[in-house]
Amino acid sequence: MIMNDWPLWEVFIRSRSGLEHRHCGSLHAADAKMALENARDVYTRRNEGVSIWVVPSAQITASQPEEQAELFDPAADKAYRHPTFYVLPEEVRHM
Amino acid sequence: MNEAQTTSLEEVFNRRIDAEEKIEPKDWMPEKYRKTHIRQISQHAHSEIVGMLPEGNWISRAPTLRRKVALLAKVQDEAGHGLYLYSAAETLGISRDELLDQLHDGTAKYSSIFNYPTLTWADIGAIGWLVDGAAIMNQVALINTSYGPYSRAMVRICKEESFHQRQGYEILMTLMKGTDEQRAMAQDALDRWWWPSLMMFGPRDDESPNTAQSMRWKLKRKSNDELRQAFVDQTVPQAELIGLRIPDPALCWNEERGHYDFGEIDWDEFRQVVQGNGPCNRERLEARRAAHRNGTWVREAALAHAAKQADRDSLRKAI
Ligand SMILES: [Fe+2]
Ligand SMILES: [Fe+2]
Repeated sequence: MIMNDWPLWEVFIRSRSGLEHRHCGSLHAADAKMALENARDVYTRRNEGVSIWVVPSAQITASQPEEQAELFDPAADKAYRHPTFYVLPEEVRHM
Repeated sequence: MNEAQTTSLEEVFNRRIDAEEKIEPKDWMPEKYRKTHIRQISQHAHSEIVGMLPEGNWISRAPTLRRKVALLAKVQDEAGHGLYLYSAAETLGISRDELLDQLHDGTAKYSSIFNYPTLTWADIGAIGWLVDGAAIMNQVALINTSYGPYSRAMVRICKEESFHQRQGYEILMTLMKGTDEQRAMAQDALDRWWWPSLMMFGPRDDESPNTAQSMRWKLKRKSNDELRQAFVDQTVPQAELIGLRIPDPALCWNEERGHYDFGEIDWDEFRQVVQGNGPCNRERLEARRAAHRNGTWVREAALAHAAKQADRDSLRKAI
């Protein structure tokens, strides 16, 4: 029996309430329960978390580096999406 | 892909590295970059895992409960370090099984330091102080390495390592405040671990053929000799502070260089241990193989259980 049969899981940890879950690593486990237990043992030994998500890596759909330009370049020339694009008189201090 | 295309991809790749950009798993990378990283990261992972063996030897014999929980926590950390690093290696397209096979059949290397035996409790102090100390020196230099997953693993590992070194030094410090016999035990541990610790930084720069390429890829940010010197400079005053004597008659402060001069490493011993003829090479590998063998039924049972649960769940949903 090979270890590969234990699927790979991605681990996300919420470090404290009020913050989002963040990806922190991955591990192999036979099922979701074991993935959660192992994630707890490996990634939260020093109070790094208050909540854990585990997701089978195979379930993640990711964009490809080749698509980077197509996906993200269009945002580059849209300065009007940023507040500094709009020049207001000095008197308007905070807006 | 033709040669010209590969060349231009490689140029772009090199420019990214020069600009301190990180390389991520799906990015294009030269085959040699991938191979070198698999080798180095897996070697690093194996070292964390094999490194648990000499220390594990003393968990059940730690002198107090405080020492025992500390050592247990340290050894558990090393298991975690192994896992972070195996995961990082896996992002380069090699499976965990292949990595473990390479360790078990002897094709992959691990740090030679773990082929030395832990004869007394003081050795646990010496390992934490010197071996983890040397490892930290290497690892801090790797935080800015170019491969993203490796660099992130290093950040996490370095955060966890500092207690390892402190608990080791504290063990020796305590022994040095004890009886003559305890002081002798601490000194004996330093005598045996000092030179192997210096060997952890690898061959001398003029004998280290891969250094230039590794520097280019930021797999190495400081040379072997630079790191070794920094380690000696940092460690000598710590030894003096608690009354330990470094077992090197050539050791002395060089005012001009602003560094300690130190004696030549026994490179013959270094080569012998790397080639598998150290005091514990066989024992360590056999322990790893046995652990893997003896765990087979657990891995199989967990899978069988998972499959059964999944069946039951889908049945329940069908009803
Ligand atoms: Fe470690
Ligand atoms: Fe450590």
